[in-house]
Amino acid sequence: MDDRGKAQYDVRTTLVNQYDVLIAGGGNAALSAAISAAKDGARVCIVEAAPKAWRGGNTRHTRNCRVAHDEGNGILTGPYPVEEYTEDLMRVTKGVTDVELAAITLERSKEVWDFLAENGVHFQPSLGGTLSLGRTNAFFMGGGRAMLNALYRTAEDLGVEIFYDTAVTDLQIEDGFFISATVTESWDTDASTPREIEARCFVAASGGFEANIEWLTEAWGPAAKNFLIRGTPYNTGGVLRLLMDRGIQTTGQPDQCHAVAVDGRAPKFDGGIVTRLDCVPFGIVVNAKAERFYDEGEDFWPKRYAIWGRLVAAQPEQVGHVIIDAKSIDLFMPSVFPPEKAETLEILAGRIGLDPTRLLDTVETFNAACIPGDFDHTVHDNCHTEGLEPPKSHWARPIETGPFYAYTLRPGITFTYMGVKVNRDARMVMENGTVSPNLFAAGEIMAGNILGQGYLAGIGMTIGTVFGRIAGTEAVRYVRN
Amino acid sequence: MFAIDLATLAGAHRDEVDRQMTVCNACRYCEGLCAVFPAMELRKTFAAGDLDYLANLCHNCGACYYDCQYAPPHEFGINVPVALADLREDTYAEYAWPRAVAPLFRVNGLFIALALVLAVAVFVAGFALMADSGALFRSGTEPGAFYRVMPHNTMVVLFGGAFLFAILSISVSVRRFWRAAGPMPVTVPSLWRAAKDAGSLRYLGGGGMGCNNTSERPDNRRRLYHHLTFYGFLLCLASTTTGTIFHYLLDWSAPYPWWTPVKIFGVLGGIGLVIGPLGLMREKVQRAEVISTGNKGLGAAFLWVLILLGGTGLLLTALRSTPVMGLLLAVHLGVVFAFFVTMPYGKFVHGLYRFAALMRHAHEHVAAHGKMPEPLKQPLPKTVTS
Ligand SMILES: Cc1cc2nc3c(=O)[nH]c(=O)nc-3n(C[C@H](O)[C@H](O)[C@H](O)COP(=O)(O)OP(=O)(O)OC[C@H]3O[C@@H](n4cnc5c(N)ncnc54)[C@H](O)[C@@H]3O)c2cc1C
Ligand code: SF4
Ligand code: SF4
Repeated sequence: MDDRGKAQYDVRTTLVNQYDVLIAGGGNAALSAAISAAKDGARVCIVEAAPKAWRGGNTRHTRNCRVAHDEGNGILTGPYPVEEYTEDLMRVTKGVTDVELAAITLERSKEVWDFLAENGVHFQPSLGGTLSLGRTNAFFMGGGRAMLNALYRTAEDLGVEIFYDTAVTDLQIEDGFFISATVTESWDTDASTPREIEARCFVAASGGFEANIEWLTEAWGPAAKNFLIRGTPYNTGGVLRLLMDRGIQTTGQPDQCHAVAVDGRAPKFDGGIVTRLDCVPFGIVVNAKAERFYDEGEDFWPKRYAIWGRLVAAQPEQVGHVIIDAKSIDLFMPSVFPPEKAETLEILAGRIGLDPTRLLDTVETFNAACIPGDFDHTVHDNCHTEGLEPPKSHWARPIETGPFYAYTLRPGITFTYMGVKVNRDARMVMENGTVSPNLFAAGEIMAGNILGQGYLAGIGMTIGTVFGRIAGTEAVRYVRN
Repeated sequence: MFAIDLATLAGAHRDEVDRQMTVCNACRYCEGLCAVFPAMELRKTFAAGDLDYLANLCHNCGACYYDCQYAPPHEFGINVPVALADLREDTYAEYAWPRAVAPLFRVNGLFIALALVLAVAVFVAGFALMADSGALFRSGTEPGAFYRVMPHNTMVVLFGGAFLFAILSISVSVRRFWRAAGPMPVTVPSLWRAAKDAGSLRYLGGGGMGCNNTSERPDNRRRLYHHLTFYGFLLCLASTTTGTIFHYLLDWSAPYPWWTPVKIFGVLGGIGLVIGPLGLMREKVQRAEVISTGNKGLGAAFLWVLILLGGTGLLLTALRSTPVMGLLLAVHLGVVFAFFVTMPYGKFVHGLYRFAALMRHAHEHVAAHGKMPEPLKQPLPKTVTS
């Protein structure tokens, strides 16, 4: 760090309402931007809607970031060249991506490890049960919250001012030129106090709108009310809406999101990683009418789990039930909620609110269609069904050995993709195609530029860090000129 | 009544650890922070002995509280350091031998204070009443001076007896603790591994970032103070041992001149044994409320004993040529005696349970994964840019 930054702090003795850079949000993208800008000597403030105990949005729930590297480093087990990363991204997005921004993200993902390490983040080898990510993904020691704690410490030490429990509630923007923001402390109480903060630049790092049920309803219809939100309740898209109203161009479709099937007993918000269920390939999944609706054994679970959110969302009442028997109960990662358990399928059906005869019927039809084979859950085995619609292509074994178990599935939404359009400097692009001089965006709020659809584990944090740094650096460059 | 209370309490604490470990096992984010999480991952369900084992594997560094996305105010209410600390303190009573004395852990501060006062009083009174009534106010630098105050053989019988009983009691306790978590052989590699991990306090470091004792800003003060305490203690032990060797093998009686190992070990150890516990005491006071348990007496009582042990020893060395030597010796011996007597029934045992837990961890980890993970080295940044 250079001395310019230090000199600046001394100037700010009293609470000023004027900054070089005002950042909305308190997650990885916001902190990456804040640290970069502060290291370049800017006066920076972070406005975080959540109180301190809940700071950091969805970043709290993360565990890793996907970074390109030419060789392993003792923790990352081997090389992951940019070319391979590019192929992976193209495959999952089916090419729906801004090629220029994607190239920047993947190329600069090479610097992400060093940037985070310099700012106090430690890493660990891939966690038990996630061996397949050991080469490509850098796992944060202690998880996302530990990573956030390190970045917050660094930001504080650099003199970044942090306002918790304070939301950006209005933006004064003229023809794409940012003037000031209205920020409201204790915004969700009666004691809320709005005030104006002037700044030379604005960085929107306030996440998606996945916690805004109304907005989700616009895209998904009434089914949205049954969605569980895997992450923070604070990502309600307020800043995104303000920007849209001020003529910023959007990118991505409002119904595009990352959604997985999670345990139906998860809390409405912030259930995080522990509510996921890995048992689908080991049994059958039925809907509220006790009917199967999709091939449970289509592929390995890590490759399929992200489609089940949508599948369950399309079922009546947005619910699914995984039915497994005693043969399979020990084959998957333990889940946080114990399954319903019963000696017979009839009793089990009663416990989970299904019609017992219908469930028995479905199970018997499934059992009859199972072709015996050599069960092996580590490969695409030959246990499959014949003459059954939908089929179960692998790992199909009759459900017949009591006791029987049931897990309830609900759609769990991780984050939304629609966001503001940006250019390579992280500057927002207006409806009319012009580029704003001093409005920047980073993280989930602009991830849709790169992720038009699909998802690659760990790329969310990478997009946030890369574009957070770009936004911070470009903002300072703008302030200087 | 007492015993039943303890049992229900331990049950509640175990249930809470069980609940929290189930969440952790589905999460695993803290896997790299210490030994507790990898050990937990080897189990799908947790028997009582397993939980007691995990509780004693925890070094209470606090990192997993500050790093947890499910910590309060989250409705899952995960607070692993507190849950494990509560259970850990129960286990000391649970495995104590003889069983009847288990309640001493509930009133540990009082018990240890009484033991100290009584032992010191008895030694002072004993000295005063001895035939040679000048004993209490005798100074001495010439060989054998200490033993004119108290005959060496009396000393050996008294202290040896107390010490042997303590060893016996602790051995029975640790054995019971060991068995509760299931049969497991004691091997040289796991012993060596545990010695290295305990000796370096590997797991008092939040996976390398430091101990989160006071806030989300980690530091390494607790580890430093613990090292001073522990190695100070070992030096004092070494001093006593060399003293015994001098006495019996070389026929050379205390007090010894400053340049002998007895004195050098003793003085250095004494200094560690005063500064270390004082530092730990300070860290205890500054510990963040959210990760503090209700029962603070256990640790504090033990720290006081150590400070008195080191402090009176140092004073004795410094003032041995003055007339207070006799009185100081009586006080010091009183403290040492109280230390021996309370050893099995106070925080002292944490080291042995911890060591046993580390040994089990080393063994079962190698059995499951082929090898122990070496302490992680963070690859340092190559490009230093903003
Ligand atoms: C359970 C879960 C696990 C995940 N795991 C991973 C993973 O392992 N790797 C990975 O790469 N990605 C993961 N993701 C995705 C990842 O969380 C996001 O891509 C990433 O956190 C985005 O960072 P961000 O800073 O843009 O947003 P966030 O971290 O969500 O931060 C947004 C911030 O904006 C604040 N905010 C919102 N509105 C306002 C307002 N009006 N005013 C002020 N502040 C406001 C919020 O309080 C919040 O602090 C996971 C997501 C979830 C839900
Ligand atoms: S303490 Fe929290 S973050 Fe750590 S493993 Fe347990 S649940 Fe996960
Ligand atoms: S040693 Fe530290 S990180 Fe491990 S369980 Fe105990 S408090 Fe948590």
